[in-house]
Amino acid sequence: MKENSLIKQKYWNKLKTITVILIVLWFIPTFVISFFANELTFDFFGWPFSFWMASQGSQLIYLLIVWIYASFVNKLDKTYLNELQSPERN
Amino acid sequence: MVKLFNPELPQSSFASRLKKVYGLYTLGFISFCVVLAALEQLGLPQEFIGYTFLFATIFLYAGIGFLSKTNEPDNYYVAGRRVPALFNGMATGADWMSAASFIGMAGGLYVGGYKALAFIMGWTGGYVFVALLLAPFLRRFGQYTIPDFLGTRYGGSLPRLIGIFIAVLCSFTYVVAQIKGVGVITTRLTGVEFEVGVFLGLAGILVCSFLGGMRAVTWTQVSQYIVLIIAYLIPVVWLSVTQTGNPIPQLSFGQQLQKVSVLEDKINSDPAEVEVMKMVADAKQKLLDDQNKNGEKLNEDQKKELKVIAKGATSSPRPHADPFIGETQEDINSEKKNFFALIVCLTLGTASLPHILMRYYTTPSVSEARTSVTWSLLFILLLYLTAPALAVLVKFVIYNDIVGSSFASLPMWVEKWMAVDASLLSISDINMDGIIQLAEISIHKDIVVLATPEIGGLPFVISGMVAAGGLAAALSTSDGLLLAMANGLSHDLYYKMIDPKASVNKRVRISKTVLLIVAVLAALVAQQNPADILFLVSAAFSFAASGFFPALILGIFWRRTTNVGVSLGMLTGIFVTFYYMAINQPWLRELIFDIPKEAPITDIWFGIDPISAGIFGVPAGFLVIVLVSLVTKVPPKENIDLLENVRYPELKEKSAQS
Repeated sequence: MKENSLIKQKYWNKLKTITVILIVLWFIPTFVISFFANELTFDFFGWPFSFWMASQGSQLIYLLIVWIYASFVNKLDKTYLNELQSPERN
Repeated sequence: MVKLFNPELPQSSFASRLKKVYGLYTLGFISFCVVLAALEQLGLPQEFIGYTFLFATIFLYAGIGFLSKTNEPDNYYVAGRRVPALFNGMATGADWMSAASFIGMAGGLYVGGYKALAFIMGWTGGYVFVALLLAPFLRRFGQYTIPDFLGTRYGGSLPRLIGIFIAVLCSFTYVVAQIKGVGVITTRLTGVEFEVGVFLGLAGILVCSFLGGMRAVTWTQVSQYIVLIIAYLIPVVWLSVTQTGNPIPQLSFGQQLQKVSVLEDKINSDPAEVEVMKMVADAKQKLLDDQNKNGEKLNEDQKKELKVIAKGATSSPRPHADPFIGETQEDINSEKKNFFALIVCLTLGTASLPHILMRYYTTPSVSEARTSVTWSLLFILLLYLTAPALAVLVKFVIYNDIVGSSFASLPMWVEKWMAVDASLLSISDINMDGIIQLAEISIHKDIVVLATPEIGGLPFVISGMVAAGGLAAALSTSDGLLLAMANGLSHDLYYKMIDPKASVNKRVRISKTVLLIVAVLAALVAQQNPADILFLVSAAFSFAASGFFPALILGIFWRRTTNVGVSLGMLTGIFVTFYYMAINQPWLRELIFDIPKEAPITDIWFGIDPISAGIFGVPAGFLVIVLVSLVTKVPPKENIDLLENVRYPELKEKSAQS
């Protein structure tokens, strides 16, 4: 039982860590880069950089975030359930 | 087809069967358009093409709705929880993208340039929060609606009741706008009266959601997504090919943006433009003086003449690529502040709208719910990454081909649209030089999407397809919203609070009745053509964010949240948001405090526009929930146990995965 609660603790901590990291990753294009939008207008493959970030870059980063989260946590779920079933191996 | 939606099929063959059916469906839709195009060449009148598109698509959606009709609660409320991630993604895309996204967004970008990108960033960034903080947990919780989550998590009737109130409040304001959109498109497509158009569209909406609830709506939304995305992309790709030779508008519009910026400089330094703007400003002033009865009295002919001139522009166009513009640093900071406030409200609102969140109840497993958010965002981005390109490509046509050409040689599409509807597009030679200045063009933002096929010189069949796409967008969103309201009222209010002994059949029957009543009410409001509809839509996001976001997030992540805390917090959030809008939004202020619209707005907090009122409501909600929870009794053990279940995977999930 005690081992189970350790496994649970580990699962929840990992989930929290990846969530916080990914929310920081959301924050950077959304607010940090936009905050300096007037300054970051250098040429980026033909676009002013800040315009490209706001119209395409941030959205592609969002998609990446959601994809990373789904694949990471789906794997985490599997490991967690395996550990719960055979706690002696850990 | 009939067999397809039967529940007996095992999940894996169900998914591969779906792919086949929708693949064939897509081919069918394309061949349908090709046949119509051929008939058009043979002389089929345009009116007939419009009617065919309208009735064929509505009939198709109704057919799918009829084939998946059901009275079984799991099917009716959550589509049997067997919608594969990919298809749930498509359905969410259609559920999410409304008439405003399909028709309004590119137009908003045309007018606002960089500033309007806040909508794109907020409406897509919201899915990061759906994925990370909400969808998987709500799916694991496994109930039917969002008020259901609040009621079970916190216990007691109050959180559930407030949840129902907020869900209905934000969904109703939203659905009125959608039904209005349906009316506008039907009218444009066929020429019937607006009032008739509203009820024609309503019939299409009802056949789906009424017969088969979530199951019918899901499979219709998938087919509507396919129609709307094809209709949106084809004209833009064509425009991109004709302008740059590159068929991918997302890659090609950078070079067009540069050209637009050069043209802006040229237009801004043209003395003829300055002359026209001055004439327009003078005309406006004269009309105003006449209205206020000072200065010279105008006769009817003079007034008519001045009104035509007053349609022109008084200021030069906003530079498309420049982020924050202002005379002083203070103006620039104010633009920046409101840009961020809007992003926050739209992001958190997206993550709290019940009709979107409940889509993730329909996947077979928690892991599919996560994957499904990725698909949703991908399908939404197909349109949202195209809209900025479309805005620039159309702007290039206007600035390059129209401005500076002579009135004698207007392109066909301009003359046609001016004849169809002068409120969408009108050009008049204000300074009488025979040359078109930008300030002489009065353009409505909706025309950007609606006229794209003609701007690109495409046949009328493509215009019909674009209208059908807009119709699909409005219908699919309306279906989702109506269902969210009806389920909240029937499942949560009636079944959970009034008559818990109601039989399964009775519950579904009640839900259908409620749906019918809400739909007709919404149509009646839409028929009144409420003035500030755009404001109401944005308000729905601020309401959803300030009512639901703190309650859902703390409900999942903070054990100590109590029943009393969350109830007071939700009410505070809604109240603060509503109060800020009521004192600062001219239309709402007139409605509530009876202050005339023209009176100056005095109570702005920190320079934030009323459209972003949620920026105050959300923190207020969080604060009240936390403070009240800390001083009230620790929640009972069963509620905390429930939270444990929501956080950790269960063993049965493993068998579902394998």
